[in-house]
Amino acid sequence: MISGSIDESLRTIRENDGRIHAFLHVAKHDVPAIQPADSFPVAIKDNLVTTDMPTTCGSRILGEFYSPFDATAVARLRAAGGVIVGKTNLDEFAMGSSTEHSAFGVTRNPWDDTRVAGGSSGGSAAAVAAGMVPVALGSETGGSVRQPAAFCGIVGVKPTYGRVSRNGLVAFASSLDQIGVFSRRVAESAELLAIIAGHDPLDSTSSRVLVDDYRDGIDSGVSGLRVGIVGEAIRDLKGEVRANFDAAVEVYRRGGAKVETAHVPSIGYSIAVYYIIANAEASTNLSRFDGIRYGHRSARARTLGEIYFDSRGEGFGPEVKRRIMLGTFALSSGYYDAYYGRAQKVRAKLRADFATAFKQFDILLTPTTPEPAFRIGEKVSDPLSMYLSDIFTAPANLAGIPAMAVPSGFSSEGLPLSLQIMAPHFQEKVMFRAAQFFENETAYWRATT
Amino acid sequence: MTWEAVIGLEVHARLLTESKLFCGCATSFGAAPNTHVCPVCLAYPGALPVLNRRAVELAIRMAIATDCEVQPRSVFARKNYFYPDLPKGYQISQFERPIGTGGHVENGGMTVRLTRIHIEEDAGKLMHESDRSLVDLNRAGTPLIEIVSEPDLRSASDAAAYFTRLRQILMYTGACDGNMEEGSLRCDANVSLRRPGAPLGTRSEVKNVNSFRYLARAIEFEIERQTAILESGGKIVQETRLFDPAAGETRSMRTKEESHDYRYFPDPDLLTLEIEQSWIESIRGTVPLLPRQRIARYQQDYAISAGDAEVLTADRGIADFFEATAAEAANAKSAANWVRNEVLRVLNDRKTELADYRVTPAMLGRLIRLIDSGAIGGKAAKEVFDEMSESGDQPETIVEKKGLSQVSDPAAIRDAALLVLERNPAQVEQYRAGKIQIFGFLVGQLMKEMRGRANAEMANQVIRELLESPRA
Ligand SMILES: [Zn+2]
Repeated sequence: MISGSIDESLRTIRENDGRIHAFLHVAKHDVPAIQPADSFPVAIKDNLVTTDMPTTCGSRILGEFYSPFDATAVARLRAAGGVIVGKTNLDEFAMGSSTEHSAFGVTRNPWDDTRVAGGSSGGSAAAVAAGMVPVALGSETGGSVRQPAAFCGIVGVKPTYGRVSRNGLVAFASSLDQIGVFSRRVAESAELLAIIAGHDPLDSTSSRVLVDDYRDGIDSGVSGLRVGIVGEAIRDLKGEVRANFDAAVEVYRRGGAKVETAHVPSIGYSIAVYYIIANAEASTNLSRFDGIRYGHRSARARTLGEIYFDSRGEGFGPEVKRRIMLGTFALSSGYYDAYYGRAQKVRAKLRADFATAFKQFDILLTPTTPEPAFRIGEKVSDPLSMYLSDIFTAPANLAGIPAMAVPSGFSSEGLPLSLQIMAPHFQEKVMFRAAQFFENETAYWRATT
Repeated sequence: MTWEAVIGLEVHARLLTESKLFCGCATSFGAAPNTHVCPVCLAYPGALPVLNRRAVELAIRMAIATDCEVQPRSVFARKNYFYPDLPKGYQISQFERPIGTGGHVENGGMTVRLTRIHIEEDAGKLMHESDRSLVDLNRAGTPLIEIVSEPDLRSASDAAAYFTRLRQILMYTGACDGNMEEGSLRCDANVSLRRPGAPLGTRSEVKNVNSFRYLARAIEFEIERQTAILESGGKIVQETRLFDPAAGETRSMRTKEESHDYRYFPDPDLLTLEIEQSWIESIRGTVPLLPRQRIARYQQDYAISAGDAEVLTADRGIADFFEATAAEAANAKSAANWVRNEVLRVLNDRKTELADYRVTPAMLGRLIRLIDSGAIGGKAAKEVFDEMSESGDQPETIVEKKGLSQVSDPAAIRDAALLVLERNPAQVEQYRAGKIQIFGFLVGQLMKEMRGRANAEMANQVIRELLESPRA
């Protein structure tokens, strides 16, 4: 059972968030002295719309925007006893891997406050890692839950595309976006996902596949489980991340899993494909922020053209502008086939490669990130090296498969490292079982409490 | 040598759904600005489109009625451009894979081929004032179909006739109300000129024409304008032009170089639209017989003239009314006459819609039966009809109330006739002396005596018998 006192949560936020800056808004409501027995505090990434707090997406363009409706995942959480204690920091419109692209300042890593918490859901990850909330919601487009979970030493889950309704998730790249969950323990993530998962008539891409009972048999181990190591992903991996990954694989071997090398030949194209598709979709998803109906309208705009240029020029940060321009280019006449068209073909190939691999394996393993949390400022002026943070996570978004990050130990500098588990579409249950086994065998999670 | 005009039309028809294409907002016309809006059609952050099944059904109906192939898989795409009446910054439309392809419309003796039919959403409306512009998004997101023809039309009148025919089919299928004043139907025309037999010339596109007359005028203007340019050795510039109804001319809006790059791509918020063959077949069952098919049937089965059939089928409601009347009356010929001459006259005189008309096909059919059975005469029937149109009472009730039933009792007519002859000895003498024109007068007197209720044929017969017979 996810549990925690709302008062305690709000107090911890007050005491620690000055240093961490995980939150953009903290609930002001006077929490009733007596909470219903099943209530629990939860933090929400600030790109999920809520009626009782503003939604900023980490951007100035939304101003003090209040949504007239709750995101489906938020509504389901509230119905299940979730009390939203605050909304968390993120890279502007979820575009980034460090929260350094937030218009409202960076979130610091609770393990080392000179380092990033990861991103884009860095605020949610840090809030959970710092003990401010037991669980939080984030969102993924290319690893925005798993990467910060890895950097903060907690569990982060990206479910199958279509498993959780995107209604109320401010769109970055619609074909990749998926709401995900954070917790310290695997079972809490399984419970939280079960609450928000399931078909929603308000999202045409949400699936009608029934939601499994994720905690049923979660402790039954990995004996006989067919575990694949993605050969193409770890080929060039060296140093302590490699050693940590090899040790994690050993844990599965000892547990009776059948571990072999798996092949996903097209996985090396993932980052290129990801940044074309994600930016192309983003370039049109962000067109609605035009200063006409809501959000920031430039005070100096006098003509229609100025409303567009000045409002967007003032409202969007540099990373968002860069991606809108890249995405616009990829869709433009004369370049569409060479970029967007070809990226879609490679994406289809990647999906097929995963499908082939999953004929042979129940789960696939890689490290979650190629390195532990980097220093604040280290990559912010080098977009390409920042983009490579997603190298192990983006493939699951492109293929639409579920994947999660599980703490797997620490670097020599004492920074968390993380194991990624991927599973076939809608096979979250086997993924949770494999993660629970790892947690039971290793107990790295203890360090976070 | 003359120039040949080559014309193709893109007709936008608003689908007759109760709610918008991707949200639950009502589609009704004329509401206060921005009252039929929601997070989806206002493009609020996080709101997602959900396709209206009814809109797809109506689009399929129209595709079937124009012999298009209904595609089992079609794709919604985003057409990207910025304008304040377009909340998302893109219009959801269909681009590479429309719902209907091929097809054709018969128009008089000519066949106009259709390129495609696709589904898309409408934009909102801007109202410009002197120092500001206001946005009304009630219309934003209402469902449209765009019907694109091949360049098969050769004159302004061809184009207007085709547009008329298309409107008729849209209204027959119930896909669109055809209301041009409210903007339910709009049309863009592509016009180019060439020497007969030569390849296609450079075209201009005239946008947003919303009446048959304007369409004809806009195309005529374009033909004149392009002819003048070509005759003077000039070149046509590919461009988009706007028709100005007040001036009766088109004006350049933007050239090809200035045209948008719409950056079409499949909308990732919507799944591929998959249509089961069984659904198409069940919709096929709801497509009514179209004017062309009805005209043929009326001529063949009912021996109704081509002209009458054309009039009776111009509007589906009238055609349905006629067919139901004919079935009730068991006399199609008479039903055709009544509907064509009387029903249409009353509707026109009173500016009444058929839906509000008090006479039903059952009532008119029974009236015809009363005539055919001899229960009432032709003159009385007119009176009953007018009274039915006025009061909505049943024909039998009116006949009863007004005492209009026809007398066909030979004895009663004979008694009355004897009385008439007795009162008019001079006229009887004149007749017998050979002035046979007096016959009509005597019959008239008999009808008057019987207050018009005598069976006219019998009245004639009885008077004749009495006059011809030896003196009574
Ligand atoms: Zn709406």
